[in-house]
Amino acid sequence: MARHVAVVRFPGTNCEFDVVEAVESLGGTAEIVFHDRSDLGAADAVVVAGGFAHGDYLRPGAIARFSPVMSAVAEFAAAGGPVIGICNGFQVLTEAGLLPGALQKNAGLKFRCEMVELRVESTDSSLTNAASRGAVLRVPINHFEGNYTCSAETLAELRGEDRVVLRYVDNPNGSVDDIAGVCNAGRNVVGLMPHPERACHELLGSTDGRPLLASFL
Amino acid sequence: MASDDAPAPPDDTHRALGLTDDEYARIAEILGRHPNHLELAMYSVMWSEHCSYKSSRIHLRRFPTEAPWVLVGPGEGAGVVDVGDGIAAALRIESHNHPSAIEPYQGAATGVGGILRDIFSVGARPIAVMDPLRFGPLDDARARWVAEGVVSGISGYGNSVGVPTVGGETVFDETYADNPLVNVLCLGVMPVERLVLGRAEGAGNLAVLLGSTTGRDGIGGVSVLASAGFGDDEADAEKRPSVQVGDPFEEKRLIEACLELLDRDLAVGVQDLGGAGITCATSETAAKGGAGMDVLVDEVPLRQPGMEPFEVMTSESQERMLAILTPDRLDEVLEIAARWEVRATVIGTVTGSGRLRVVDADGAVLADVPAKSLEEDAPLYDRPRSAPVDLEERRAERAASLPAPSDCGTDLLALVGDTRWVWSQYDHMLFLNTVVGPGGDAAVLRLKHPTTGEDTGRGLALTTDGNHLWCAVDPRSGSAMTVAESVLNLAVVGARPVAMVNCMNFGNPEHPEVMWQFSESVDGLSDGLRAFDVPCIGGNVSLYNESRGRDIDPTPIIGVLGVVDELDRVPPAPVLVDGGHVLLVGRTDPVLDGSRWAAMHGHRGRGQLPEVDLAAVGAVAAAVREVVRSGLLDGVHDVSAGGLGLALAEMAVRGGCGASVAGVDGHAALFSESAGRVLLCVSGDRLAAVRDLLGAHGVPVEEIGTAAGGRLVVDGLVDLPVDALAHASASWLSDALGSGTTQG
Repeated sequence: MARHVAVVRFPGTNCEFDVVEAVESLGGTAEIVFHDRSDLGAADAVVVAGGFAHGDYLRPGAIARFSPVMSAVAEFAAAGGPVIGICNGFQVLTEAGLLPGALQKNAGLKFRCEMVELRVESTDSSLTNAASRGAVLRVPINHFEGNYTCSAETLAELRGEDRVVLRYVDNPNGSVDDIAGVCNAGRNVVGLMPHPERACHELLGSTDGRPLLASFL
Repeated sequence: MASDDAPAPPDDTHRALGLTDDEYARIAEILGRHPNHLELAMYSVMWSEHCSYKSSRIHLRRFPTEAPWVLVGPGEGAGVVDVGDGIAAALRIESHNHPSAIEPYQGAATGVGGILRDIFSVGARPIAVMDPLRFGPLDDARARWVAEGVVSGISGYGNSVGVPTVGGETVFDETYADNPLVNVLCLGVMPVERLVLGRAEGAGNLAVLLGSTTGRDGIGGVSVLASAGFGDDEADAEKRPSVQVGDPFEEKRLIEACLELLDRDLAVGVQDLGGAGITCATSETAAKGGAGMDVLVDEVPLRQPGMEPFEVMTSESQERMLAILTPDRLDEVLEIAARWEVRATVIGTVTGSGRLRVVDADGAVLADVPAKSLEEDAPLYDRPRSAPVDLEERRAERAASLPAPSDCGTDLLALVGDTRWVWSQYDHMLFLNTVVGPGGDAAVLRLKHPTTGEDTGRGLALTTDGNHLWCAVDPRSGSAMTVAESVLNLAVVGARPVAMVNCMNFGNPEHPEVMWQFSESVDGLSDGLRAFDVPCIGGNVSLYNESRGRDIDPTPIIGVLGVVDELDRVPPAPVLVDGGHVLLVGRTDPVLDGSRWAAMHGHRGRGQLPEVDLAAVGAVAAAVREVVRSGLLDGVHDVSAGGLGLALAEMAVRGGCGASVAGVDGHAALFSESAGRVLLCVSGDRLAAVRDLLGAHGVPVEEIGTAAGGRLVVDGLVDLPVDALAHASASWLSDALGSGTTQG
């Protein structure tokens, strides 16, 4: 059972401490791995945390994919280790080619920070195996570029292989097919725009993020 | 004042820089000679209204500033209080009104950047921002452009730099048509022992400039922009280069680098570079440390070639900090900076001379002035003050003479307005602290230890408040009512107030009426602070908020920090819950002068505010705090702008539940904004317990109705579907400013 989590931090990442806090509240341990490292230590799982890696300059994730740590993340993923990209981390994973598709600007052309409802569409992934299929989870979003898009062929493939793991109940950003999270063919790499680490404490209004994070702990 | 034989200015250069003839003479007297152009430029920015508070200092001294828990009072980068468990909280508020009027996005963005640097310059990590905003009316195209730009700027910069924006206020009113207010407040936390101050002590120590390169942006921002009003559009457009451009990614790395060097105790002092740039940072650190400094002007990394020394010394380029360190720490500091990809350059050395000297690469001294003189010898004006000549006539014109509305419901629909459109564009959840975010009466944050992350089980609460309609009627009483409102906003989330900061937004100080408003407001705020035993720990003054000769209504905005002693549950929201009993705590004075309802009907700046009994407000706050902490309430909301009517409507909309209310004596009782009132919603089985708790405090309590159904009914005054109120509330901003919603 995976317990120790490497949380990747680029210059401009800002959710790394939140992920560490949430992981620890669920009984896991975590360490922050700076982007200039080329190893992940003794990690059992990797989270690429949210924020604005390298200022989101050029476009989100476009510069981060070249940081040394991403080679280590790619190797870790290729070996079947769980890799979770949250928000900006999802954007980084698509830019790095570890997940299909891309995240474009929200349909309303506004940043949106709010609680949304997600439906668990597949429990066969490193982020959803402890959740229940069909369950509706309340988890916040916080993004400007969260509008998931991909080619028709890719979409058909994602659907055909049950790789859309989370969908919005009420689409907040224009994402194709209401997609909030997808996984790779190996089902160990998952990206999602919502922030499960923000939904792990009663005082914060939801604990629905726990089954998601618990899936790789 | 300058003596008669002081040298006459040789030309008009000083006036172009915003200095008067008397001020020039004073500089010549200090130096014993004519200042050269560089020296004149340095004095002009440091002696500007914005930096020197020359018109306001004489009044600001009247604020109560002391309490046993105050660690740092007014006059430093930020005020600091001890909030227990070894944690210190730093608080600061600033205005970025003038830049935002000229270039809304960058004006607001750099306002956020500046306030963050103030907070981490004392050693604290910024954990929350709040933005009190004031714009012109929504039917004015330029006001909409400004509003949209400002909100985008705060969102773009604040979200990216990684500090949550947890609240604020957004008000649209004709008084701000040409002169928006963009105030920004920041809260930071640190272990008590890490508190650092901007001091340059120890001859031989090094001054290291961290962060961005220095460019021609923002030269003279404090003197050209912030210390004058606005006139014609063409001249204003020419001021646009005085607005700086922000880079949140640079700021984010600068925050992390500075906090790391403070964590490792590598700096003697740290100072942010804001208004007046390098001149201010070097002279302030030197003067406060009782030292001098030699600034190596040619060492400053420049954004463009060919900059003159005066440009380098007065540029307000963003995202820069000055650290003072002993020479043996330099390598470690450079290493941290390199890791965070932050530029770090030694640009000066601390001397024992007491003089600020600007030296070029050849060793030539380009400027040589007493470091203290730039700040401490700044002019101090007791500008003429006079009450408006027609004050008595205005006081006699009461809103009670306005015709009663045929349907109060129609007016209520015009008063409701949710600001979700604004705050949903701000990350308000980062750091996992936000228990109550924007849209409530006050924000509530979990208080975790800044280094260990350990949850203290307690919370911090924050509110910002200001009411120009009250202050236009009576700046003294209106200001006291503002403090009362803040205290109640904290009470309804279970917090007790511990510190206040203020941002004084006023018109042209050369108008005697404006200085009268200012002085009255300082006294009113002080009355309030003394009544609630809250110290003022810092503030900011923004004058010259005038356009085409018209001053804005006096707008003191305050930020008050509270402590929640036990944060074991989410405080009750401002909601009605089906079946609940609706209680009104506090006494209503049915006076409409200064109210939003009166303003809506064209009556503003006239009449007399309701009587404020600060002791009675204090009793209500204490009672409400206790009943909130008891966990017995379903809903709670303070009664403020818009009166009882709007408070009920807001609770109905948030709760999705109507109410049937009786005993409200006419439209004056419905819309009066008299201070010290709170609405509670309590279920039947807890009613007696709540009444007992309130009774022990001896505060007036009246059961005014019951929450139920889908209509808000106030006997004889209002009968509206809650859906209609909800629609009006949700649509007013998105209709005017664009939906900002989805489904492309």
